[in-house]
Amino acid sequence: MITAASFDETDRRIVLATQSGLPLEPQPYHAVARQVGIPPEEVMARMARMLETGVIRRIGAVPNHYALGYRANGMTVWDVPDERVDELGERVGALEFVSHCYHRPRHLPDWPYNFFAMVHGRDRGEVEEQVREIAGLIGDADRGHEILYSTRILKKTGLRIGS
Amino acid sequence: MDELDRAIINELQGGFPICDRPFAEVAARLRSTEPEVIARIGQMLERGTLSRFGPMYHAERLGGSLSLAAMKIPDHDFGRVAGIVNAMPEVAHNYARDHALSMWFVLATETPREHAAALEKIEQETGYPVYDMPKIKEYFVGLRLAA
Repeated sequence: MITAASFDETDRRIVLATQSGLPLEPQPYHAVARQVGIPPEEVMARMARMLETGVIRRIGAVPNHYALGYRANGMTVWDVPDERVDELGERVGALEFVSHCYHRPRHLPDWPYNFFAMVHGRDRGEVEEQVREIAGLIGDADRGHEILYSTRILKKTGLRIGS
Repeated sequence: MDELDRAIINELQGGFPICDRPFAEVAARLRSTEPEVIARIGQMLERGTLSRFGPMYHAERLGGSLSLAAMKIPDHDFGRVAGIVNAMPEVAHNYARDHALSMWFVLATETPREHAAALEKIEQETGYPVYDMPKIKEYFVGLRLAA
């Protein structure tokens, strides 16, 4: 984990220059370097370090689920015993169709669920199949679950830090 | 979307290289050319097949605060509340879901204090309580969708 002290002003300028995307030109890191005002080798070294420390999760393309035909996007939520959530989280998170997997707080009595796994299928039937697979993994630790489908995207922007 | 587009998507979910000519490196793996790969990524971004291309930053490791939150909004008031929530720059994503907790949004702020302030503002302006669900632990984040 990076500490605040090791993330400096230059890193911050690189984040600002790249958070909405990398330039589509043969030497994208050189373009970032010109914008930030440091040598390209330094941009590459700093971004490699951020990748290593996890400040950058990865560099690549994010496909639009819908455009790829994944029209059923289910947020599956589960009530599992707190003492088993870490073990189950590692196993469920390893399933290929799970894109996000977290332990989150319950809000009793309205919201008993403490474990979230986002799954993606071409239709709801495929999602239900995936949920059965997760339920099989969780076994008798499953004290109740639901699938919440997204019905509309109300807003979607990337994550941004200010300048 | 043709075979090359699919190959580019599948290749790039795995990671884009950091080097002098990264598109050329990707092109070599796909038996394509640098200008072709650059052009295809540009076209897929334009068409919306790709929603992003570049580094994905880990908000909390940048010192920021990221949280999922939900609200129970009755149908008749949904539009008004969505307007208020969407207008806030701290709200990165907002989804309608088929549940009593009908509105789910992600709040991204630079500090935990701004996070608390944004939640309070949403509660005051909308008149509904917010169920804040910051992650306690992350087990996996990433997309592995076959194109």
